[in-house]
Amino acid sequence: MTTPFPFSAIVGQDEMKRAMILTAIDPSIGGVLVFGDRGTGKSTAVRALAGLLPPIRVVKGCPVNSAKRTDVPDWAQNIGRGTHDVPTPVVDLPLGATEDRVTGALDIEKALSAGEKAFQPGLLAKANRGYLYIDEVNLLEDHIVDLLLDVAQSGENVVEREGLSIRHPARFVLVGSGNPEEGELRPQLLDRFGLSVDVASPKDIATRVEVVKRRDAFENDTAAFLLRWQAEDATIRDRILTARDALKELKTPDKTLHDVAELCVALGSDGLRGELTLLKAARAYAAWRADPTLTRTHVRDVAGLALRHRLRRDPLDEAGTGARVTRIVEDVLG
Amino acid sequence: MSLDSWQQATLALQLLTADPGLGGIVVRARSGPVRDAFIAATKTLTAPVQRIHPQISDEALFGGLDLTATLSAGKLVEKSGILDAGGTVVLTMAERCPAGLAAKLALAMDGPDAPTLVILDEGAEDGEAAPTILMERCAFFADLNEVTYRDLAGESALPLERTRETATENTLAEVTEVAMRLGIDSLRAPLFALRAAKALAGLAGQTEPSTTDIETACVLTLTHRATRVPQEPDQTPPEMDNASETPSDMPGQMELPDEMILDAIKALLPDNLLDQITARTARAGRGAGSGAQRKGNRRGRPLPARPGRLYDGARIDLISTLRAAAPWQTIRRQATGRAGLHIRQSDIHTKRYAIRSDRVLIFAVDASGSAALARLAEAKGAIELLLGQAYARRDHVSLISFRGTSAELLLPPTRSLVQTKRRLASLPGGGGTPLAAGLQEAMAQALQTHSKGLTPTMILLTDGRANISLDGEANRKQAATDASRMAQVIRAQGIDALVIDTGNRPEPALRTLAQTLDAPYLPLPRADAQRLSDAVSTALDG
Repeated sequence: MTTPFPFSAIVGQDEMKRAMILTAIDPSIGGVLVFGDRGTGKSTAVRALAGLLPPIRVVKGCPVNSAKRTDVPDWAQNIGRGTHDVPTPVVDLPLGATEDRVTGALDIEKALSAGEKAFQPGLLAKANRGYLYIDEVNLLEDHIVDLLLDVAQSGENVVEREGLSIRHPARFVLVGSGNPEEGELRPQLLDRFGLSVDVASPKDIATRVEVVKRRDAFENDTAAFLLRWQAEDATIRDRILTARDALKELKTPDKTLHDVAELCVALGSDGLRGELTLLKAARAYAAWRADPTLTRTHVRDVAGLALRHRLRRDPLDEAGTGARVTRIVEDVLG
Repeated sequence: MSLDSWQQATLALQLLTADPGLGGIVVRARSGPVRDAFIAATKTLTAPVQRIHPQISDEALFGGLDLTATLSAGKLVEKSGILDAGGTVVLTMAERCPAGLAAKLALAMDGPDAPTLVILDEGAEDGEAAPTILMERCAFFADLNEVTYRDLAGESALPLERTRETATENTLAEVTEVAMRLGIDSLRAPLFALRAAKALAGLAGQTEPSTTDIETACVLTLTHRATRVPQEPDQTPPEMDNASETPSDMPGQMELPDEMILDAIKALLPDNLLDQITARTARAGRGAGSGAQRKGNRRGRPLPARPGRLYDGARIDLISTLRAAAPWQTIRRQATGRAGLHIRQSDIHTKRYAIRSDRVLIFAVDASGSAALARLAEAKGAIELLLGQAYARRDHVSLISFRGTSAELLLPPTRSLVQTKRRLASLPGGGGTPLAAGLQEAMAQALQTHSKGLTPTMILLTDGRANISLDGEANRKQAATDASRMAQVIRAQGIDALVIDTGNRPEPALRTLAQTLDAPYLPLPRADAQRLSDAVSTALDG
């Protein structure tokens, strides 16, 4: 399974796919949280996304994927000349990762063997300008969560330990997945995710058969299968690039802004982050659909994604907040 | 066609040898000759076969710097990790496998050069099992606990009797449907079944799987994942013996319905009940705060550095290391004839921190007939209030109920409050009060969570009218003695507890029990009439 499953070949799970495409169009939306049962294709979708993203241009040998020579941190060594295109980094943060692995630490190899004080970059450096993927995010240890919250907010990783004082940019799109039965997520971390999606296994037999059929075809003859879906993946990639450009030209009428604000007030979501994310997501969605102006339809279609996880919630509420959002969106936007 | 567990296990091994893409096999067995025979059989799997244990360090697993060699050679020496070699990884004592390691192994299994995993689960009780994230990624499962050494004598499972006809085009749809009818949500299951069927066909030298292959593959890959029994006429009906168990010979026992489900209602409890336990524990000197203290090497309050190995996640304390190495410099320079700083493995000091472990609240709820009639609904309400507090403190919650003749674990420790609330709402009441059995189960649960590094606190909700002894007899006197004996054992284990009396009036025997437990005793106060009537009138007016 070296090659990821093609994104366009994923059956159903439209909301999850839409959320991921929106963050690819506008990374400042701020990440996707995917909650659902085991075996629903959460990991598959995230790994497929990596193959879909347009490449980025980075300085050769830069540990934090800087775009310009001037952005390369001063502690970096062995910087090459010129720039080259690399795939957008999608970095896995494993559950048991230590703080050192995540933030980077003193390079003990060099310290002990050469007596040099060098910094060994961690996962946050690798994920700069790309994606940071955390599977089973709800089981992540609290101290790693604290650290991520801090970095995700400031966009900068600061390491002050063992005689090192290092800072480097760490702007990444946070993608988390998990199974809610195994534990819940702290509201502070929840808030850092721009969009949230609940996925469930498809219940009708035809869809399930189709999933199994495609996966089977993929495993039997990976090359042929990739060839079959290559064109559709390329179409999505082109549409993402077109949408990125269109985003700049997109008109946002005051009427729609008013809708967004009204919706957030009606839902009683905390802070203004909900409004901003909803607006960004709606704009990205409009650009994706190649519409020139932001309208109420766009807002309605992404409201669930952007607001579901932001409501002040009752820990004992069983129905979840999804139903509440849908109802209020119906009420406000009609 | 039927295969016993041993045949299933050996057949699974053959399939894994033929197609390593099947992930692996989970074997549930205590160590013994049967398991040894199984481990011997794993030799056929993709080489190299390497054993790992749950406490394995990241370095051993993924490779990294060989510190000892680097230091003595004075230049960088790297060693390769177990996962680099691919092949087969045997995980022993998988029931003790921490979530972090499980996630890393799962990641390795999803990635390129995935190792074949053999998971040896020695779990003795239901709560102990290999991590689900790994079980999900292994196609096969075998329970060898019931297999005796004599059963091994038979020849291996293949060759099977084979039907001639090859499977139809619809195989895929059929397998998917079978998986769904068995209540398996994950779509990995049918994929494994298909793959296994193909591997079976391959073993028999055919290109397409036959119907027998598919049946066998489904048995091997789907059975242990099933969450419900599909409706089939030849299924043996579940044993019906619970009807006769309600003790009827108790003096003065009135006719009670066998089961009743009561909705939780609001109960009156002090706001800071959980804080009170904390305060008490602090006084008792068994550690303070939400959980007991333990020593860690990553976070928390710093403790003095200790000599130690640079194992997984430990942070080196450079100053202490240098201080330890300093006196030896001249000697070592003379011994090796090499200039520069000489540091040996024995000089390495690592940082240590004191951290708090997570707390688990174990609710042992009396759901007997007497309690149900009295105030089970209120007890449920009380638990919900406590759950709200537990949520705020990020505690884990576990739920045990006792009624009839035995206690039952309804929910192993979880942080999911929704799940807890759901189990609580559907908790039926009725039957006798096996208080001792309830305490026993709660203690077992407490010890199990303790062994996982969590700090258990037991919350007992009962009316204290024990009438079923430990052996299931309806004997009021023996029941009380048993309960008090259990309480002494629990106290000896140093488990924190809280006793809430849910009876109509405070029960003196329960107060004594609480004292034996060294636990605070709290009679659940009556909902006062004024508030009740206020609530009723509001509801009527609205």
